[in-house]
Amino acid sequence: MTNHHRTYFAFLMMTILLIAVGILQSWNVAFNILNLCVISAIMALGVNMQWGYAGLVNFGIMGFVAIGGLAGVVISMPPVTEAWQAGGVKLMLGFATMLAVIAIAIVFWKRTRGWKHLARRRYVIMAIILISGYAVFRYIADAAVVSIEAVDPAKTGYLGGLGLPILLSWIVGAIAAGLVAMLIGRIALGLRSDYLAIATLGISEIIIYILKNEDWLARGVKNVNGLPRPVPYEIDLQKEAWVNTLADGMGFSVVNASSLIVKIAYLSLFLAVLLVLFLMAEKALKSPWGRMMRAIRDNEVAAEAMGKDVKRRHLQIFIIGSAVLGLAGAMLTTLDGQFTPPSYQPLRFTFLIWVMVIVGGSGNNYGAIIGGFIIWFFWIEAEPIGLWLMDLLTSGMSEDSALRDHLLKSAAHTRLMTMGIIMMLVLRFSPKGLIPEAKR
Amino acid sequence: MTDVINAFVLIANFILVPGLTYGSQLGLGALGVTMIYSVLRFSNFAHGEMMSFGAMVTILMTWWMQAQGFSFGPLPTALFALPVSIIATIGLTLTSDRLVFRYYREIKAPPVTLLIVSMGLMFFLGGLIRFIIGPNDQQFFDGERFILKARDFKAMTGLSEGLAIKSTQGITVVLALLMVSFVFWFLTYTRTGKSMRAYSNNEDLALLSGINPDRVVMVTWIITAVLITLAGTLYGLDKSYKPYTYLSLLLPIFASAIVGGIGSPVGAILGGFVIAFAELFITFAYKRVLGYLLPEQLEPSGLMQLLTTDYKIALSFVILVLVLIIKPTGIAGGKTL
Repeated sequence: MTNHHRTYFAFLMMTILLIAVGILQSWNVAFNILNLCVISAIMALGVNMQWGYAGLVNFGIMGFVAIGGLAGVVISMPPVTEAWQAGGVKLMLGFATMLAVIAIAIVFWKRTRGWKHLARRRYVIMAIILISGYAVFRYIADAAVVSIEAVDPAKTGYLGGLGLPILLSWIVGAIAAGLVAMLIGRIALGLRSDYLAIATLGISEIIIYILKNEDWLARGVKNVNGLPRPVPYEIDLQKEAWVNTLADGMGFSVVNASSLIVKIAYLSLFLAVLLVLFLMAEKALKSPWGRMMRAIRDNEVAAEAMGKDVKRRHLQIFIIGSAVLGLAGAMLTTLDGQFTPPSYQPLRFTFLIWVMVIVGGSGNNYGAIIGGFIIWFFWIEAEPIGLWLMDLLTSGMSEDSALRDHLLKSAAHTRLMTMGIIMMLVLRFSPKGLIPEAKR
Repeated sequence: MTDVINAFVLIANFILVPGLTYGSQLGLGALGVTMIYSVLRFSNFAHGEMMSFGAMVTILMTWWMQAQGFSFGPLPTALFALPVSIIATIGLTLTSDRLVFRYYREIKAPPVTLLIVSMGLMFFLGGLIRFIIGPNDQQFFDGERFILKARDFKAMTGLSEGLAIKSTQGITVVLALLMVSFVFWFLTYTRTGKSMRAYSNNEDLALLSGINPDRVVMVTWIITAVLITLAGTLYGLDKSYKPYTYLSLLLPIFASAIVGGIGSPVGAILGGFVIAFAELFITFAYKRVLGYLLPEQLEPSGLMQLLTTDYKIALSFVILVLVLIIKPTGIAGGKTL
């Protein structure tokens, strides 16, 4: 089978599977899965840019996705004026102080380079600047944070957002994730693959820790609920005449029809983003730039010898890929309508996306998208399928058998096992993935 | 004078004893990571789940022994279940090497491929463990809870601060000490240990000198399995056993190995303690210590905490990132990746 056939076949299979879910379970479930499939595919596309085009191991996916999600809150939620009055301005002052201290420290460090009479004292002065700066920052910020978090903590207790349309957060989320990636990339990209993986994993954990604990920012573990939506609400749709006629015509209940319409509205937004990203990625991959990227990936030394700025290109692709992840994160928060820092776990947001890229076929955009679809589908459907299989397997046992009970109860965990087995099998027997990178 | 002693006891109780325990647990884990890294040349992301597996077998065995009515007085039953779980974990590591890792060694795959493969194994083991024992908290500690109770200590010394040592803390430190000395003795003095170091230093030269690579790899996995089981069981015994915690333990363990210098056994132990003590020293509230040491007028009103305890675990990642940026070879000067 050529790549084209494989791609068609894979998409056909996916369609059949989703239709089967629609008929066997419900259309709402099917569209739910499909929406998240598209978001997963975008995440996989982002990771594929970093790993597939350039060979960079980014294990910090979770962090970039969360930054995108944070953008959703900061852009769309209404500002909490009381909190801003209580301490918002003071907190910003605190951050300004911190930035000033860092600037002073950097200037000091650069200006005094080579001042022999300072010698070791240079380090001491540097430490004094930083520590006293930190103390001043904490002195200003701590009080501000306490007063912000005291403003109606059950409902707000944070600064709120800007009250802008949430779709704007998709762009802002991408830019924010890209900026953070620039910072991380500058310090971590010099490391070799293993270290880069561990460093990015660590940094993403730090980002999540900050989001969980800085309540003034996005309420921490108290979550932000009820984000404004870019699509109409079900309740409003149910009052519309055309929805009622449509529901009657299709044989759905009005409630069902309205939630389907909402899901399809989201889906069309997501598909549009996926399509644009995909076209851009394909174009880039086929351009001289894409050729250069692959050259760097396959042989850094040779590429460097040909005058390519490997470091710069690595940083560039790291930023672009992470921006795509931030975009996907903002989309996810938009779909969920809430921002929940504790739900960001490396298994779901970092390692699972890697399974998608590896299984789909790294270096190939079609592969990444297919991987995102298939893996997300089975991540959700492994539970019912596992339960059904277990039920079948244990049907010979007596009803009160302890083993049967245990097996049925544990069926939910088969999805981790399935993911592991799929990944190991693909890596062993088809290391290029379902849709291998095209030979050019 | 009593004030100074009180301040010291306070620090000992809240920093030294927990730090020694946590440091030993991290050190045992990091030693395993470092052994795999230096002989097999990859970062094993399945390490945390392997620890979880070892602990799980210990728990199952402990439950079985408890059901049979075995009791070892003040000592926890889990200690006597260890031999079985060590054998089971050796079985696990050797099987996963045979079925998963060996192929990539033979085709000389780059380390990053092995890293991704180990991620697949991590998924599989995580699922297997949850399938067998479920995702919930499991208690399996029995026996005497304390070696030294805070109240007894106060009565003994007449100080106002108490010092408590849990028996799990004592057991952890003693077992870790024994195991680490054994590993060092093995690496330094036995023929196999020497061939392992030779293989790690220069693979080609080692092969030329007639060292059997399969044997080296096998022994490495066996020793690592013992380290893994001990680290997993001791952590579960001291804190509590929950499959998810072992995934989040992976990063502090990598941090320990890297901070110490990956590939260096001494560094792994050192790194474990650096991470453990840094976490505790930075997140400890010094208010009461300063209360003892400073004259009354100067007594601080705040908690005198550098960072809140919420950031305890995040700190190990910060240290990890700082070390990676400033000195990627670590404290003890391991290999550069």
